[in-house]
Amino acid sequence: MKAEEGQHLLYQMQLIRRFEEKSAEQYTKAKIRGFLHLYIGEEAVAVGVIQALTDEDSILSTYREHGHALARGLSAESVMAEMYGKKEGCSMGRGGSMHLFDASKRFYGGNAIVSGHLPLAVGMALALKKQNKKNITCCFFGEGAAAEGEFHESMNLAALWNVPVLFVCENNLYAMGTALKYTHSILELEKKGMAYGIDSVAVDGMNLMAVINAANKAVTKIKKTGKPYFLVCNTYRFRAHSMFDAELYRDKSEVEEWKKRDPIAIFKKYLLQEKLTTEQEIAIIEARIESEVQRAVDFAESGTLESIEDLTKFVYSKKTEL
Amino acid sequence: MKEITKITYREALKQGVREALQNDERVFLMGEDVGRYGGAFAVSKGLLQEFGEDKIMDVPLSESGFVGAGIGAAVAGMKPIVEVMTVNFGLLAMDQIVNNAATLLHMSGGQMNVPVVIRMGCGIGRQLAAQHSHSWEPLFAHIPGLIVLSAGTHEDARHMLAKALKSPDPVIVFEYTSMLNIEKEIPVNITRVDISKAKVRKVGKDISIITYGIGVYKCMDAANELASIGIDTEVVDLRILRPLDEETILASVSKTHKALIVEDAWKSVSISSEISARIMEKIFYELDAPVLRLAGVEVPIPYPLHLEDASVPQKNDIINAVKKMLNHD
Repeated sequence: MKAEEGQHLLYQMQLIRRFEEKSAEQYTKAKIRGFLHLYIGEEAVAVGVIQALTDEDSILSTYREHGHALARGLSAESVMAEMYGKKEGCSMGRGGSMHLFDASKRFYGGNAIVSGHLPLAVGMALALKKQNKKNITCCFFGEGAAAEGEFHESMNLAALWNVPVLFVCENNLYAMGTALKYTHSILELEKKGMAYGIDSVAVDGMNLMAVINAANKAVTKIKKTGKPYFLVCNTYRFRAHSMFDAELYRDKSEVEEWKKRDPIAIFKKYLLQEKLTTEQEIAIIEARIESEVQRAVDFAESGTLESIEDLTKFVYSKKTEL
Repeated sequence: MKEITKITYREALKQGVREALQNDERVFLMGEDVGRYGGAFAVSKGLLQEFGEDKIMDVPLSESGFVGAGIGAAVAGMKPIVEVMTVNFGLLAMDQIVNNAATLLHMSGGQMNVPVVIRMGCGIGRQLAAQHSHSWEPLFAHIPGLIVLSAGTHEDARHMLAKALKSPDPVIVFEYTSMLNIEKEIPVNITRVDISKAKVRKVGKDISIITYGIGVYKCMDAANELASIGIDTEVVDLRILRPLDEETILASVSKTHKALIVEDAWKSVSISSEISARIMEKIFYELDAPVLRLAGVEVPIPYPLHLEDASVPQKNDIINAVKKMLNHD
């Protein structure tokens, strides 16, 4: 890894972390409303997987998608403005935290029905195949989604049709507040992919280098074979499920234990050890992120609210000639 | 002079699908048993041999999965025709239809179009009992973001699809399985239909009979009988259930001053409820009599023929209702 590359990855993870800490702050000030699901602790997954994709590959994600959006290159401004419900947001303010979209970056949401976007990902990959394109569709979801029927339907369809989808399961051990062992009969989730004849691999999702290696391998394989691939990233969210969650279902000590595996701390240490960065450079990166996040807040604050007259916009396309 | 051809409803649907496949490279048909079996109702018989596996895709019994995949393929630039064998299985895909097809354009602030066409067989009339006799047009017509069409005639069965495929937004097309074998005449030189509008199937002055789907031919038959006793009905085929063509409905009722609405769907919270309400809201003072509705009896559809028949309005019910409204002895 080159120094510049390593520093950029650190910047991305740290940006996600700071952006979300700021989001939580803005939420308590009632600037952001609705649901807010934080990704803190899971940053290595989004950053590690998305770096393996090209701009022409498509991404679909869940309602816990700030990290994926930022890693994809949506600006912190447009994401923050979206959460403020402002017109300048990446979805014109119509979606909020759970529905971030940017078609120009092939970032297709932001889906808040658990597993609802898996069939879409398969369909988008099917279109790529029919159009003889060499790109892939990357679909992030949590382990909760792996209990849904649509997960199994999508796995079967993707394998049956041989379409280029990278299924990325972010196993953070809790489907909202119910632990993996209470929701899945088999805890090694990768076995569910194997059951459909899909190449399936589990990786330490707290370790960016491990995720990068696994994701690069997966993407290379998909582009070579055109077939789906299932990557399980075992990870942990440090924060509550959403801002409404009192976290009655897990011990504080468990969270503290996982925090020792903080993906950002681990990667920082790695960069320093490998002499790919210095404390001074890290301080510069962090200062840059501070001002970027503040700019995002300022941008959102000064954004405009849509006119109520436009309420029914985007229900049908402007010009529907039937 | 209009040239006329005789055609079954099944053949009309098939010609529509075939034409769509011939006219646009992006079009493909996916659904349960559409290929090797030839279509559960033989609508796509022979199309696999003609167009190949890439265009005619058999899918597993995964309604949510393959409807969602159709939506995804549409987002990514294809023009899928997704056949859900019947509406009875449609609820298994309802989440995809409501939360993705109908919603993505809005949630994305106008960035994502979903030009998918979803065809579903539906309706009562073959003694298939409660789970296989549904008339769920109102469920789908409730959803903003969807375009909901009902092919109540052979002409629409033949030509609706081409127009539906031009839509940048998701279209649900209801087809009526009890009509598949029925042969009717359609004009040869009409090659397109305006699916944005309801269609006045018979012009008349005494009363407006407003209907859709299976109701269209029933109402036309009733109208012909009523004509023989001097009652001049106007029959309006709604054809598009969302967005409703309010203009045509209100114009007809403003002319006849009486409205009877006929449908097979359950009466509560139905298409007829909606139309009745709009008539009250918009043209109450045009009415010479209260709006009357003939709709499905609120019961899961029973198996025995006589009970099945009694569950939905029949021709004689329509005739009697019209006579009653016109105080005709």
